[in-house]
Amino acid sequence: MSIQKVQNNKAWFMVLPVLILVAISAIIPLMTVVNYSVQDTFGGNEFFWVGTEWFQEVLASERFHNALLRTLVFSGLILAIEIPLGILIALAMPKRGWGVSVCLVLMALPLLIPWNVVGTIWQVFGRVDIGLLGHGLASLGIDYNYTQNNLDAWLTLILMDVWHWTSLVVLLCYSGLVSIPEVYYQAARIDGASRWAVFRFIQLPKIKRVLLIAVLLRFMDSFMIYTEPFVVTGGGPGNITSFLSIDLVQMAVGQFDLGPAAAMSLIYFLIILLICWVFYTVMTSYDNDEQSSGGGAQ
Amino acid sequence: MASIQLQSLAHRYPSAPDYALRSMQQTWSDGGAYALLGPSGCGKTTLLNIISGLLKPSEGRVLFDDIDVTDLTTEQRNIAQVFQFPVVYDTMTVAENLAFPLHNRGIAKNEIEKRVADVLQMLDLQDRANDRARSLTADDKQKISLGRGLVRTDVQAILFDEPLTVIDPHLKWQLRTELKKIHQRFQHTMIYVTHDQTEALTFADQVIVMYEGAVVQIGTPQQLFETPEHTFVGRFIGSPGMNVLSCEVDASDAIFAGKRFPLSKTVDASASRFELGIRPEHIKLSAGDGMPLTVTALEDVGRHVIVRGEIEGTELSTLVKDGDTIPQNPHVSFDSAHVNLYADDYRVASGKGG
Repeated sequence: MSIQKVQNNKAWFMVLPVLILVAISAIIPLMTVVNYSVQDTFGGNEFFWVGTEWFQEVLASERFHNALLRTLVFSGLILAIEIPLGILIALAMPKRGWGVSVCLVLMALPLLIPWNVVGTIWQVFGRVDIGLLGHGLASLGIDYNYTQNNLDAWLTLILMDVWHWTSLVVLLCYSGLVSIPEVYYQAARIDGASRWAVFRFIQLPKIKRVLLIAVLLRFMDSFMIYTEPFVVTGGGPGNITSFLSIDLVQMAVGQFDLGPAAAMSLIYFLIILLICWVFYTVMTSYDNDEQSSGGGAQ
Repeated sequence: MASIQLQSLAHRYPSAPDYALRSMQQTWSDGGAYALLGPSGCGKTTLLNIISGLLKPSEGRVLFDDIDVTDLTTEQRNIAQVFQFPVVYDTMTVAENLAFPLHNRGIAKNEIEKRVADVLQMLDLQDRANDRARSLTADDKQKISLGRGLVRTDVQAILFDEPLTVIDPHLKWQLRTELKKIHQRFQHTMIYVTHDQTEALTFADQVIVMYEGAVVQIGTPQQLFETPEHTFVGRFIGSPGMNVLSCEVDASDAIFAGKRFPLSKTVDASASRFELGIRPEHIKLSAGDGMPLTVTALEDVGRHVIVRGEIEGTELSTLVKDGDTIPQNPHVSFDSAHVNLYADDYRVASGKGG
């Protein structure tokens, strides 16, 4: 280093408040979990170093595999239903006039309801004795009971999540759609494009960015879902709706197995991070291709 | 290709207080190159969108080759239109963009390839044929927009809505020349909307000047310059525009600043307002010959100097060649053959020559 640069390290103090906040809200709790995940205790506040044993145990356990599989299937189904459905509804919504505000309010309603209330609503809604859905189906002669039948339990949870969260996808897609300039549609009419071509070549590419956000949010939320299934099915019947989060709480709070639970939380966290990264990379790879090959324009 | 007829065409946007387009009667011939010229907001784009079918007129009919197309959709009318700002299909390559309108119309593959190759060459985009359209510059994107119109050889007409607004000046010239060539080659009916008089005058055989929703004059560039039918045309065409001077009329003479200008015919004096129109090019500046001019400003625009001044409180501009000196005590005289008389903004008589 031949050139002496003037350094002013005072600037570091500026980021101190943020560092403190992040430390309290994220780093310290996370480190506590890390701390638990590498130790064992027999009570009395005595801890023993166990290294990666808990991680190995969790990764090898069938219970974890099953819960992970259930959660993956649940998230997969949620994305497969909510994303296309959300796009369809957004496309069908009016672009101007009084209908816009009506639709937006209707769409926003489910999002305003707290998770546990949503769970309670559906728990009651689906009950065969007094629930509108459950009783209605029963009186139609359909044998429906989410507390006993595995398929019914899954259907209820998926229906509930679709009801609760499709609006989010709709609102995101709608915001993307209304920002497309009218001239694109005019040009498409001049070019004789079909409705499908308009969607495929104008609307979909233009809403891709918000769609990515929708996919990420819906994946993370559904992968971490806890409150609603806890209220509606409590993980049952049997373990059939015991997703990772429910299983984790059961392990940590129910059985007080802090070590394995901590190891499991970290693995859980890393899986979410990994899958989000995959989604993000896949959905933005196309843009990056262009930037590297085509050169920047606009 | 088709001739375009507008019969009592007028348009008023819903809930708008006034007409965006006033009732007009027009016939534009097959294969003509027309420019729609006028200031922003005069209804040019509205008229264009009505012709292409993107907008349905509230009154009147649109006919292509004597066939009423008023109720037909844009697709059915088979019109090409290029917009002010580039529209490209982001996910497609340049070649795919150009092929898109043909593809949608079910044209055979080898025919598509041939025409796309043709247009790529015309627009000098061969090297970028397989690049993604969205990686291009604004200029090239607009070329693609143009290309999507030009690739269709069977269109009734090609409409351009200020297509060169976003294009670099040097490229503007080149593309305009290219369009002109394409017009000569294919004899498409072309309508070119612009608010730039140079663009209109160089592109079109016939310039249609619009003002406040009405067509005020149709003519060759020369006619627009020599005999503007409306004071707006006089002011709008030319740089600087025509001088429009309040005057009085006495039988077949116009009187401005105490000076009489003989007219081609006797004028009915019932109009509420008379104005004398004279282009700066037809005003001679000299020392002590004609009306005394009080010079207020000089603008050097390169080839000549614009002299702005006043005669008895009426503003007026004239030109002197760059390098010529402005006399100490400047006087102006009008070339009376190039004087026009306007009654309530419309031309009623011209000056008598000599």
